[in-house]
Amino acid sequence: MSRPALRAVETMPQPSAAAPAPSAEVVTLTPPRSAPRLALLKPKLISTASVVLPPLLTLALILLVWEILCSGAGATLPSPSQVWRDSSDLILDPFFVAGSQDIGLGWRVLTSLQRVAIGFGLAALVGIAVGTLVGQSTWAMRGLDPIFQVLRTVPPLAWLPISLAAFRDANPSAIFVIFITAIWPILINTSVGIRNIPQDYRNVAAVLRLNQIEFFWKIMLPSAAPYIFTGLRIGVGLAWLAIVAAEMLTGGVGIGFFIWDAWNSSKLSDIIVALVYIGFIGFVLDRLIAGLATIVTRGTAAN
Amino acid sequence: MKQAPYLQIDGVEKTFTRGDTSNHVLADIHVGIDKGEFVSIIGHSGCGKSTLLNIIAGLTPATSGGVLLDNKEVNEPGPDRAVVFQNHSLLPWLTVYENVRMAVDKVFRATKSRAERHDWTMHKLDLVHMAHARDRRPAEISGGMKQRVGIARALAMEPKILLLDEPFGALDALTRAHLQDSVMQIHATLKNTMIMITHDVDEAVLLSDRIIMMTNGPAATIGEILEVSLPRPRKRLELVTNTTYIKAREAVLKFLYERHAFVEAA
Repeated sequence: MSRPALRAVETMPQPSAAAPAPSAEVVTLTPPRSAPRLALLKPKLISTASVVLPPLLTLALILLVWEILCSGAGATLPSPSQVWRDSSDLILDPFFVAGSQDIGLGWRVLTSLQRVAIGFGLAALVGIAVGTLVGQSTWAMRGLDPIFQVLRTVPPLAWLPISLAAFRDANPSAIFVIFITAIWPILINTSVGIRNIPQDYRNVAAVLRLNQIEFFWKIMLPSAAPYIFTGLRIGVGLAWLAIVAAEMLTGGVGIGFFIWDAWNSSKLSDIIVALVYIGFIGFVLDRLIAGLATIVTRGTAAN
Repeated sequence: MKQAPYLQIDGVEKTFTRGDTSNHVLADIHVGIDKGEFVSIIGHSGCGKSTLLNIIAGLTPATSGGVLLDNKEVNEPGPDRAVVFQNHSLLPWLTVYENVRMAVDKVFRATKSRAERHDWTMHKLDLVHMAHARDRRPAEISGGMKQRVGIARALAMEPKILLLDEPFGALDALTRAHLQDSVMQIHATLKNTMIMITHDVDEAVLLSDRIIMMTNGPAATIGEILEVSLPRPRKRLELVTNTTYIKAREAVLKFLYERHAFVEAA
């Protein structure tokens, strides 16, 4: 299982290198050397501090309240210090391998991310393709739209038994659940984007006699890109929501199953660490798509 | 027999039908336009000027009658009838250069090399004085500049006829005067055939060889065609006191506000 996970390391985080790395790096330039440089750095430091300090203070406050609430004798949940004592190995080293089932959370997250990448990738391809069809053709819209409107309200996990029955294997079922969850916002947003292409652009294309393929690449996609990326962003969020639930039920390696496993062996501290991981990765995924959107749609939104 | 004109509009009628209601917009339009001529179409709002231009462009099919350009029937849009749209219609995700280059690449893919297409694009941008802004995006330039790029894109297709749909309608008076001068200059240099739709009487008289005056709709048609026999090049300041200019202006104004005054309630 760890082999494909390794490959996922190579493929997934590449875009994140291109995307702007937020706040964390900025803090490192704090130690000033001499007095004039200090004077120069001061406004910069203040502006950095005004961005970084409020969330840190809030976090400290939450941890403090949590610590007070959960350190009593009858507390049902572990306090932050308890979490640190129980699970510091999980926090400090995400990529340890101590046995076939005793591996770092980083590996588990990567396995989950790999499923999300496949399911979400398929959803993006199919969603944009079908969305384009529905957006372009009135008959396709009349035929398909009501069905999509019904199907999209089905909760992700309701698909799981059906997909388990169809695929007879946990992994493709989980990927199918991701696919079916993420596709609706992508599809519907794409079709709205295509339907909203201004008549002016269509006139320009007509005067230039662009053929269908040129029209698709040169007018349709760029014009609908802001809508498509909104769909992708909602889709990736939903996919990440669904993968954890799906993995809880299907088992195997993955962050969702880890939580379920920890619950069964009453390791509450491990679950809390996993929650932080999940939240953080979800945030990164969202930023990633948003960053990609600003690069791709530069200009379009500014009109 | 007289030689057929370059652009011939022959008995064009247009009726828009939506459900049970049909709207007779244009009736019995006959006119011929010669090569190199600058013709304006003027009339009140809703008289079907834009519809007529769209029929010439091929963007809207005529209900009956037809348009012949250079002895070929017009039945679909094409780069030989380039349109300068009222709201510039530049693609916002492309730079000024890319907007023009896209048209150049499409029209001259087979006949010009890469370097020639680049030179052609830059030459057209030079012609409208926009070469300096080649790497800007439409959102970053003014309305007048956008319209210049729109003209450059249309010229870059090397059209047989250039169709301008109220090209300066959305611009302020000073910018409009600049662009009118530019268009006159381009017309003098390239000897294009141009058809322009306008609301502006001064603009029509200043730029045109002939002014087509449309009656009010429904079933609008050509009310009168006025020859403007002013010599070119025309200078806007000198024309202010020119009797031919004043007479032409008066004729158009009389047509629009006396004989075919716009009745709001109609």
